[in-house]
Amino acid sequence: MPAVSKGDGMRGLAVFISDIRNCKSKEAEIKRINKELANIRSKFKGDKALDGYSKKKYVCKLLFIFLLGHDIDFGHMEAVNLLSSNKYTEKQIGYLFISVLVNSNSELIRLINNAIKNDLASRNPTFMCLALHCIANVGSREMGEAFAADIPRILVAGDSMDSVKQSAALCLLRLYKASPDLVPMGEWTARVVHLLNDQHMGVVTAAVSLITCLCKKNPDDFKTCISLAVSRLSRIVSSASTDLQDYTYYFVPAPWLSVKLLRLLQCYPPPEDAAVKGRLVESLETVLNKAQEPPKSKKVQHSNAKNAILFETISLIIHYDSEPNLLVRACNQLGQFLQHRETNLRYLALESMCTLASSEFSHEAVKTHIDTVINALKTERDVSVRQRAADLLYAMCDRSNAKQIVSEMLRYLETADYAIREEIVLKVAILAEKYAVDYSWYVDTILNLIRIAGDYVSEEVWYRVLQIVTNRDDVQGYAAKTVFEALQAPACHENMVKVGGYILGEFGNLIAGDPRSSPPVQFSLLHSKFHLCSVATRALLLSTYIKFINLFPETKATIQGVLRAGSQLRNADVELQQRAVEYLTLSSVASTDVLATVLEEMPPFPERESSILAKLKRKKGPGAASALDDGRRDASSSDINGAVEPTPSTVSTPSPSADLLGLRAAPPPAAAPAPASAGNLLVDVFSDGPAAQPSLGPTPEEAFLSELEPPAPESPMALLADPAPAADPGPEDIGPPVPEADELLNKFVCKNNGVLFENQLLQIGVKSEFRQNLGRMYLFYGNKTSVQFQNFLPTVVHPGDLQTQLAVQTKRVAAQVDGGAQVQQVLNIECLRDFLTPPLLSVRFRYGGAPQSLTLKLPVTINKFFQPTEMAAQDFFQRWKQLSLPLQEAQKIFKANHPMDAEVTKAKLLGFGSALLDNVDPNPENFVGAGIIQTKALQVGCLLRLEPNAQAQMYRLTLRTSKESVSRHLCELLAQQF
Amino acid sequence: MPLLVLPQIRFILIQNRAGKTRLAKWYMQFDDDEKQKLIEEVHAVVTVRDAKHTNFVEFRNFKIIYRRYAGLYFCICVDVSDNNLAYLEAIHNFVEVLNEYFHNVCELDLVFNFYKVYTVVDEMFLAGEIRETSQTKVLKQLLMLQSLE
Repeated sequence: MPAVSKGDGMRGLAVFISDIRNCKSKEAEIKRINKELANIRSKFKGDKALDGYSKKKYVCKLLFIFLLGHDIDFGHMEAVNLLSSNKYTEKQIGYLFISVLVNSNSELIRLINNAIKNDLASRNPTFMCLALHCIANVGSREMGEAFAADIPRILVAGDSMDSVKQSAALCLLRLYKASPDLVPMGEWTARVVHLLNDQHMGVVTAAVSLITCLCKKNPDDFKTCISLAVSRLSRIVSSASTDLQDYTYYFVPAPWLSVKLLRLLQCYPPPEDAAVKGRLVESLETVLNKAQEPPKSKKVQHSNAKNAILFETISLIIHYDSEPNLLVRACNQLGQFLQHRETNLRYLALESMCTLASSEFSHEAVKTHIDTVINALKTERDVSVRQRAADLLYAMCDRSNAKQIVSEMLRYLETADYAIREEIVLKVAILAEKYAVDYSWYVDTILNLIRIAGDYVSEEVWYRVLQIVTNRDDVQGYAAKTVFEALQAPACHENMVKVGGYILGEFGNLIAGDPRSSPPVQFSLLHSKFHLCSVATRALLLSTYIKFINLFPETKATIQGVLRAGSQLRNADVELQQRAVEYLTLSSVASTDVLATVLEEMPPFPERESSILAKLKRKKGPGAASALDDGRRDASSSDINGAVEPTPSTVSTPSPSADLLGLRAAPPPAAAPAPASAGNLLVDVFSDGPAAQPSLGPTPEEAFLSELEPPAPESPMALLADPAPAADPGPEDIGPPVPEADELLNKFVCKNNGVLFENQLLQIGVKSEFRQNLGRMYLFYGNKTSVQFQNFLPTVVHPGDLQTQLAVQTKRVAAQVDGGAQVQQVLNIECLRDFLTPPLLSVRFRYGGAPQSLTLKLPVTINKFFQPTEMAAQDFFQRWKQLSLPLQEAQKIFKANHPMDAEVTKAKLLGFGSALLDNVDPNPENFVGAGIIQTKALQVGCLLRLEPNAQAQMYRLTLRTSKESVSRHLCELLAQQF
Repeated sequence: MPLLVLPQIRFILIQNRAGKTRLAKWYMQFDDDEKQKLIEEVHAVVTVRDAKHTNFVEFRNFKIIYRRYAGLYFCICVDVSDNNLAYLEAIHNFVEVLNEYFHNVCELDLVFNFYKVYTVVDEMFLAGEIRETSQTKVLKQLLMLQSLE
């Protein structure tokens, strides 16, 4: 075997490195380096031509200096010269310098590319590999442009050496990943798949990576690789431990290649061909069987290599999620690892089981390990293992074990590492919401959270408990009693004071009968905390006090005294001062009746604003889906983030600046900026009680969206609106859309209001609002002429299958539109399922006796039914990974049509409807978003990623959703916006 | 220029306990400041862990698979979804090759022959993927290159 001595071949280099190592100080090192740089510079500038050896040595020294962290601003040309040497060692240093100090100096790039071209054509495998490695290491677009067409040829050429093929495959992979548009698809792609059969395992190892990438991008074109991969895998796993000679690693045949093949198969659903599938299942079983065999070596390398294959096999089984037998076997195997003495295996088993927990076939099997997992949470030394245990408990939680898991997590929280407390708090809060069967348990849990880890309880969490208490009168008394008790603690967290203050202000009367919690006791308890609290909390407490004056007239004098105190009335904080002044005046001026009205109990929070309330109700309902189900299939469930959504409306949150009394103008709802005239159009639609207020709509009889639900003909709506068939002229009656219809439609993809169309006669404006799967649109038809339009008839037409996907109810408008006048038409829209084409709007009328007609595309696109979803980076990546079927992804790379401005892009993405997630993508230039498309029949979870490339003026847009057609369609819609 | 699709391996780092870098191989574009930051962060994350800990550690949105050999930490940064044990053994496979090639490799071999270490890396890992896993094949190739002028 070869052995190399220190710096053999280049003595000067070894001496220089020794000198640097002997430097006693940073200054001495810099001095030595400067001396060397001066020396090299003079050699390079000198009259005497340097021989190849010296050039190599000096370039190598420069490289060393650069790697020490110093800037190098010369020597590039000498390095490039080395490329054309015909000595390997000189060429190698030249290429290394270029690869490490990439410099997009255009002149040099031309020279470098020239040298690479020569080496690629040299038929010398060593030189070809050097050139290919350089391209793979640099991977720049310029190199892509120069070589993307040549490399496929080298890869599939019959006479290429194996090592060249290996390098060519990965070089091509690099170029394809960086600039897929530059790599021409062609005849080579068919042949590349057959590299899976290559005799040389190294070639297969390299080629699988390339093929996997190609499959992810073009799944349909590479389907043939499935059976080839299966047969290769099967041959490997069934071979004896020494069959593969060079490729056997510690008695394990080709572990890395096996892992890569198993990952390739995860690009596809289970094989359709029964024989292929049978062979694959057999191989997977073989891997599981081997895990039970006694080890062939005691070395950790043996078990690691074996288990690498095992874990990848389990990933594939989970990916297929269709073989109950294999899933349960996988679970049992992981169960054994949970108690293994190797920390690595315990960690990986916890991690892998987390995904198994979400399969309906293995959920129950995972649950049997609950005690082991709880034990891991308590005893593991490595925080990352404890974190995996917490993740797994969260994943395996359902109604049957929620109380146990939540109480264990709460117990763990008391000693948990600071780094993961916030996450645990969130998990507990979510589980408590999700699986609450009685509200008092929920209230206790959240208060415990605040008690144990108050600093880590975010606003959303304690807002939510207030919402629930406000909306559920059966828990209000309990909540008041519980917070009162919690506040007795000598030191209680400020969040507890906030929750306590709010709840007692609303419901303190429910416990006032008990002398131990009489009104004065309640007040003095709260007020004893007042001075230690922040301004925000004090503001909230002031509101509690004024509410007390209403609830308990006997406290009025005391409280007025507090409000009147100089420390309040002349408080330096404007908010506190204003509250004190206003509340004091209110309490003195207003009559009891007025006071009672102004300080009435807070009305219930609108149900739609809290996903937890909806969930709690569903649990109570007789037909409630099993608790298990909504924890699963997150991508398609409404709760795709599984996290607490921030409360959308400022009105409903007891934020300190929100005025409990409404003395100032109420802040507008934070929801969609509705047109002033139309008010908050949809409020009435979604509240389910009789409280719907027709006056919110423009005219009383228009508050009818709620009747949309049963679109049966006998619905009273039929009396008000045109029955759809009569209103819809047959397709032959309407003309094709105007040529600019698509362009006009595109303008509305990311916005809801604006001018849809305008010509010399007519202007059509649009205002619309969408919530969940419902929408309401106002169309304004303006007659721009001075002459009346007659027989004015706008109708909505559903081409093709759209009828079954989208319900649009329209009302007839007046048949005459006076000159200069505007008429308005209301459309109520319900998205039944996902759709691709927008409905058409046909407008016909007579102007000056001449018939006019035009057809437009109605700006209703599937993204209007987006509900934005916030999630943390980790969740995002997990979901992203879950949506990794090739068909679930759609991608487009396209030139920017508008200036690339991050703010504009942000606004467009928000307008598109998804939430924008910060700190998710490692590259801050990129945008990622998440949301759910809400339709009546189904919900489609969507993740998106937009990667701007300012230099190339290009974007890459990737959509992953649980539905293929939706991914593609959203991708197309959004790509046209930039 | 932002890389559009991420490679499997983001980078490979060899550092000693004092935090001196003995090899840094980047498979993604990072600017120099970012590289320095990554090097420091990895060192901070890895050196505080003891032998009872796993060989994996979450790092930003990636994970680091690492193994300590004497005073050197060999770290591979990969995607969170990648196969931990496969990369852990890829490190060991690489170390065994270095050990054969340099006859009982020690830290100084990596310092004085830094330019050869890059060649070994490129034989075994390319474009952020595992290129060749057979020690015999890699060493045969290195021996052949060694014999060239």
